[in-house]
Parts: sequence; structure tokens; C-alpha cells
Amino acid sequence: MLTYISIIVTAIFINNIVLAQFLGICPFLGVSKRTDSALGMGAAVTFVITLATTVTWCLQTYLLDPLGLQFLQTILFILVIAALVQMLEIMMRKIAPALYMALGVFLPLITTNCAVLGVAILVVQKGYSLSESIAYALATSAGFALAMWLFAGIREQLALTPVPRGMKGVPLALVSAGILAMAFMGFSGIKIG
Amino acid sequence: MKKLRKKLKIVWEGILPSNPVLVLLLGMCATLGTTSSALGGLLMGISTGLVLICSNSVVSLIKSLVPDKVRIPVFIVVIATFVSVLQLAVNAWMPALNASLGLFIPLIVVNCILLGRAEAYASRHSLADSALDGLGSGIGFTLALTILGGMRELLGAGSIFGMRIYPEDYAMLLFVLAPGAFIALGYLIAIVNRINR
Amino acid sequence: MKTRKLSSTLPHMLLSLGLVSVISAALLGGMYLITKEPIARIERESRIEAIRKVAPDFDNDPQAEAMKIPTASGDTCTLYPAMLGGRFNGAAVSCRSMDGFAGEITVMAGFNADGSVRDYEVLSHAETPGLGSKMQLWFRDPKGARSVIGKNPATTSFYVTKDKGAGGQIDGITAATISSRAFLGALREAFSAYTEYKDSKGF
Repeated sequence: MLTYISIIVTAIFINNIVLAQFLGICPFLGVSKRTDSALGMGAAVTFVITLATTVTWCLQTYLLDPLGLQFLQTILFILVIAALVQMLEIMMRKIAPALYMALGVFLPLITTNCAVLGVAILVVQKGYSLSESIAYALATSAGFALAMWLFAGIREQLALTPVPRGMKGVPLALVSAGILAMAFMGFSGIKIG
Repeated sequence: MKKLRKKLKIVWEGILPSNPVLVLLLGMCATLGTTSSALGGLLMGISTGLVLICSNSVVSLIKSLVPDKVRIPVFIVVIATFVSVLQLAVNAWMPALNASLGLFIPLIVVNCILLGRAEAYASRHSLADSALDGLGSGIGFTLALTILGGMRELLGAGSIFGMRIYPEDYAMLLFVLAPGAFIALGYLIAIVNRINR
Repeated sequence: MKTRKLSSTLPHMLLSLGLVSVISAALLGGMYLITKEPIARIERESRIEAIRKVAPDFDNDPQAEAMKIPTASGDTCTLYPAMLGGRFNGAAVSCRSMDGFAGEITVMAGFNADGSVRDYEVLSHAETPGLGSKMQLWFRDPKGARSVIGKNPATTSFYVTKDKGAGGQIDGITAATISSRAFLGALREAFSAYTEYKDSKGF
């Protein structure tokens, strides 16, 4: 149990995927102008990361490792992710149109979200078991959603503030992201167990 | 002569006017993740640039053989192939590079620059132009990463490319850490905005 | 320039995607065959290099005689025995600590036959650059009570001096106590694996 708590707390706060590991920066900067769209993106990413990690973990353990085909990892994983996102889009349109309307625009963007491929490769590198991998995937995406939501809140305020012209938009957003990352550094060194 | 200038313009376009990192804001993950030193940024830039030139050329070569509906999967396969080749080559002949870039080598696949250039440029232009476009964007990416890495190394560790400029005790460690990456990139983009305007 | 494209019919799509996949798989397979040899060699060499650096002289193949030894914390350490002329001369032990400031730290420690630390090598870590990352140099610095080299964990308490309850006798890295604790913890586990191995073999 302690391992799981440790994995989850580490993934959300200490090694936050966006603010400490620099994965998933594109949507972090791109879809964070408003809190509701940031939360939507967070939810879509959570879903895809968890599903993709489960599938790729099984592929790695039952297909690539026994056959000694580890060198196909990158290409296979990215294809799986692309196919999953595509399938998810089709299924959601049929089964849950309301959810599709809410998340639809974010779905195609997720294929090139490096957090998804990053987590899939990281759980293999860390040698996690299937249940540990799923816990890690869930916690990491929760960390992603948390960072997105906090950052979108900051940016909503920033949009109303008069700032020097050169700093307007992305430069100022990046500097505030830096300050947010500094706040998250306060979590490091927490010891569990 | 005119033709040469036109070709040079393709390359120049990727270096400053539409620099992939500083203007188009693509490939941010690798930009922030690998630039804790000037050397890290330079090596990551070169690796990505090489893959970009290769993938752009191949995409341009096969563009008329790829039906529209499957073009994205095909482009992804092409890019992933070159990234895997690079990954194997780095593992085999440059293990030190592998240790310093780590996870970010396989993640070149999802660098939006590659798919972006394949989709927006290489799928509609000739082989030579596409390769030159890849070269330009590659140089632009490398330059941005090296400058950012240099900035962070100078401020955060007091050296550039490992050469000591001032004693480490006076360096602001923050710039080597995660928050410094965001802040340094923010100011770099502000400067480029100013130049480009 | 307008290029004529293949129309998006199902056979065309399948053919095109299939062809690209087959070519890329062939390319990758070829590349794999070329690089297989060098990759395996580098992996072997980098480990043997670390063993050679930390362990006492040996004339056996420590990697062939390596042993996995479970530790109290539920992890496993790997022990590479160093034999010289058929006699036990010490060992290199690589252990992992999960208690670092930023997660895992892997250390390989070399022990002489009498149990004193001969040398160590930090194999991997993600500690803060400039603070926790000083491990590789700090614990061999002869200044004060920093160095662990030549000290025997059986007679010296391998805890940081701050941990008075444990009677710590090693100076931790300034401003990086957590990294120092994790490092020393890995060394202690390495030592207990080492004594366990020694006792079981009766050296």
C-alpha cells in the first residue's frame, strides 16, 4: 500500500509531469487560457494516458519483451496512442455525444502530447507492475490536470493586467509558470513511510 | 543567382522569422527539458534537426503515393522510424549522449515541429525545398536550444559549455532547476518578439 | 505546384500504410542488427568499468558470479565478488535507495576483504544539481568527517552526524541532508548484503 501512496504523491506533487519533468508543455501553454477548457483537457488526457499506459504496458510485457523486439518500442507505442485517440473519438461521438462535444476539440491534440508517450515509456523504464503502472498513470495525469487548472486560473487574472507589450502573452505566461514550478519545488523532500 | 537567394530564404525563414521554438512555440518539452546546459541544448537540437531533415525529405518523396485520409499515420510512422534509428545509433556509438538526453530522444517523435513541418511544408513542396526547410528549422531549433542552454548554464552554474566564467558560489542555482527553465525561456521569447517586431 | 494524389479508397489506404510500415520495419530490423553488438558491448563494459574502479583487484569474472541479495527494505542489491588467485579479495555491491530528494539513487560500493569501503560510484540519481548531486565527490573528500573511503561500516556509524540518535559519524552534504541520508542508507544496505554474502560463503 505504501508503495502506491508513495508513487501517487510523488507523481502529483514532487515530480509533477509538467512543472518538474517538462512533459506536456504544448497543451499546458496552448489550452490554458480559461479554467473550464483547462479542466476539459485535463480530463481527456487522464483518460488517454491511463488507457494508453495499460495497453502499452501489456504490449511491452507480453509481446516486445518475449520476442526481444524492444527496439520497436517507440514506433509501436506512438501508433497505439494514435489509434487509441482515433478510436476514442469515434466511440465517444456514438456513445456519449455530450462528452464528445465537451472534449472533442482536445482529442486530436492528445496524440502529440508528449506526456502520453512519456508516461508509457517511463513505466517500462521504472519496471513497474501493471497495477503500479495504472496508479502512476492516473496520478501523473491528475498532476497534469492540477497544474493546468492552477495555471489557467493565473492566466485568467493575467489577461486583465496591464503589462509591458513585449511580455504580453506567452513570455509572461512562461515566467508565471516558472513561479508556479518554484512553488511545487516546496513539495520535494517529502518522505513517505 | 535569384534561385540561390530563394533557396537561402527557405533556410533563413526557419532560423529567425518563423523560428520553431521562439516564434511558433513548438517543441516546448524538449526545449525546457534538455537545456540545463549549453551542450545539452546543442546536442538535442542537432538530433532533432537530423530527424527533421530526413523525415521532411521522405515525406516529400512519398507525398503523391499517400492518400489524404491516412497521411497523418503514415507521417508518424516515417518520423518514428527515423527516431528509432537515431535512438539505436546513439545507444550504440554515443552512450554518453544517451545518458544526458535520456527520455527525450524517443520523445522526438511527438515533437510537434516534425509533424508540423511534414504536414505544412513537406507534403506540398519538392524534395530539395523540403530538405532545405528541414535544415532551416533544424538550425533554428538548435540555435534556440543552445542559446537557452547557454543562458541557463551561465546564470545557474557560472559556466558555458563547461568552461568556468565566474565562481560557482555566485551562481543562481534556480536557473538550472525547473523554474529557471520557464523563466529564462519567457525572457528569451520576449527579446525575440522585440527583434521581430 | 499541384501534385496528383492517390485517392482515398480503402485498398489504396491499406496498401500505402502497409507498404510504409513494412519498409520502416525492415529498416529498423537492419539497424537493430548493426547496432546489437556495440550496444551489448557498451552495457557490459560500463558495468565492468564501475566494478574495476570500486572493487579490489580481481582475476575472475565478477559479472558471471554476480549474486542478487534481498535487503531488509524489500529491495535487492547485486553483489559482484572479487576473487584473486582463488582467494576472496572483497566485492562490489550495487544498491538502490528510494529515499532520495528526487527518488531513486543507485550506488555501487566496493569493499575490501576486511569490510572497509574501498571506493564507491554513484551510478544513477536525479538529485538537485549543485546540491545533492555532489555525492560523487563529497564522500571521498578527506576534509572533516566527510569521507567514507577506508572506513568500515561495522566500526563507524554510517549515518550523518546530524542524526545523533544513530550516533552518526559521517558529515552530510551541506544543504542536502536528505540526499546524504539516502546515499548512506544505500551504503549500509550494500554492507549488510556484503556481510551476508561473506558469512554464507564462510570467507
